[in-house]
Amino acid sequence: MVYGAQSGHIGGSMSSTEILAVLYGRIMRHDPKRPGWVERDRFIMSKGHCTPVQYATLAESGYFPVDELSTFRKKGTRLQGHSVLGKPEGVENSAGALGMGLSFGLGIRLGMRLSNIDAHVYVLMGDGEQDEGQVWEAAMAASHHRVDRLVAIIDRNGIQNDDFTAATMRTEPLDEKYRAFGWEVRAGIDGHNLEAVEEALAWARDVRGKPALVIFDTVKGKGVSFMENNPNFHGAAPSAEQFARAMEELA
Amino acid sequence: MTTTNLPAAATREALGPTLVRLQQNGANIVVVDADLGKSTSARTFRDAFPERFFTFGVAEQNMISAAGGLATLGHTVIASTFAVFAEHAFDQLRMSVAQPKLNVKVVASHGGVSTGEDGASAQSVEDYALFSSLVNFTVCVPADVVEAEAMVAAAVATPGPWYIRTGRPKIPVIYTDGPRFQVGKADMLREGTDVTIVACGLLVERSLRAAEALEASGISARVLNMGTIRPLDVAALEAAAKDTGAIVVAEEHLTHSGLGAMCAQAIAATTQPVPMEFVGVQSRYGESATWDEVLEIMGLTADGVEAAARKVVARKR
Ligand SMILES: Cc1ncc(C[n+]2csc(CCOP(=O)(O)OP(=O)(O)O)c2C)c(N)n1
Ligand SMILES: [Mg+2]
Repeated sequence: MVYGAQSGHIGGSMSSTEILAVLYGRIMRHDPKRPGWVERDRFIMSKGHCTPVQYATLAESGYFPVDELSTFRKKGTRLQGHSVLGKPEGVENSAGALGMGLSFGLGIRLGMRLSNIDAHVYVLMGDGEQDEGQVWEAAMAASHHRVDRLVAIIDRNGIQNDDFTAATMRTEPLDEKYRAFGWEVRAGIDGHNLEAVEEALAWARDVRGKPALVIFDTVKGKGVSFMENNPNFHGAAPSAEQFARAMEELA
Repeated sequence: MTTTNLPAAATREALGPTLVRLQQNGANIVVVDADLGKSTSARTFRDAFPERFFTFGVAEQNMISAAGGLATLGHTVIASTFAVFAEHAFDQLRMSVAQPKLNVKVVASHGGVSTGEDGASAQSVEDYALFSSLVNFTVCVPADVVEAEAMVAAAVATPGPWYIRTGRPKIPVIYTDGPRFQVGKADMLREGTDVTIVACGLLVERSLRAAEALEASGISARVLNMGTIRPLDVAALEAAAKDTGAIVVAEEHLTHSGLGAMCAQAIAATTQPVPMEFVGVQSRYGESATWDEVLEIMGLTADGVEAAARKVVARKR
């Protein structure tokens, strides 16, 4: 997709692949045939630049034809560079400006609670995204309103746009900060181990009385040697040669 | 001026190198950044003056208020991010910069819809409106990289809040003989008698091409580069109305709230209002496609400007 479009955010997509696969495959209550079903669990992509993994997961889950992925970022497409609510069905929020997803997800959970809907909201954020103050406003408000069935997920790949996260803005210790804000937290989980991902997300799903957070340790660009842990593959597309090598490594 | 075979460069490339040069020549610049220094070229300044560069991470609101604080100590503060993310900190701009009239220059890259593939979320179609609504702000949009350098230098030399919007794509260089930028003054790039095209940003070169096409069919078009959106050069607009009797405004922004709307207000207040047409984004958000295709979809092309000019000329009595 990203190679075809010659643009797009590949690194943070590859670090979140297992997380989305487990959410849509094992954890979430959803039905691709009924994207408007009110009782469905919602997935909120707060790091809205990671549309490659979001669209691929939705297509593989049956929300729209896999063939359509090749239109990514191209003229006339429904698959814009950053998430757009309802385009295609299954995309639950508009994003691209970081820091807003947790608040949006919180609002959805508050609305569900008013309507006695017991569905879950899962919000995926980046570790660089934790720099945004709004994230902490949402964390505080979720705990204040004793919201549960709200599951925040941080893809801790250690890299943001310009550089490593530790060099840009020290946000750690994230687990202790969220605990101090009133959240149940599990951290240090291998985000590329399917069993570990499923175990942690199932735990978070069952937390009651508080919002829950899972922090996954991941590798940006996971699976392709020259992309792994390389800040240059945040938002850059691979060249023809790199694309060929990557496909070999992933095969 | 002809528009054939011009070299191309992105206006965003001007920021870092210009700031380095000014600092080497004795300016008192501090740069604040929100995790986009690679793309805005602000990193060039960090590499040269690391102690005068602060990153705030992905936290624009924090960055803007801190920029205001830094400015109270006499520093010339350059706040660098993308245009859409500058919008993210609107109240901070109002309270920490505009009202106290502090010396903060917001130089925002990736402005307009010509960010292309990234789609609607990354396309600023409302930044002229937002920044022009802030009292005390000077708002500028360069037509090419040469003018962008001149604007950054002028901003650093002039106390007070500024907003400069630069762009992502490589566009033709118009000012091959050097910049002619003067704050608050329109630059007449082409004289004409039948209609005036007022443009800013990448629409300037497109308007010059439109004027060449109009000339071929006997319509003489004046082209004004309105590099300063606020304060507007009202005298140049009045002269355009008087001399040519019709005006087209072309911009990479929503028509209902941008340069066109501001020019219309100025023209309406003159003794001799004239017909006007507006080329810009028509009450919608963008979409993904190449930057050139998005401009085409929005009608922000030389053809679009030419058609608007024909229309407004036909409306003249
Ligand atoms: C409000 C805002 N400011 C700046 C950006 C530009 N930007 C896009 S991605 C990114 C870095 C994100 O890093 P992280 O959250 O760690 O995401 P990941 O590593 O998972 O891709 C930045 C700064 C943005 N999208 N939103
Ligand atoms: Mg990251």
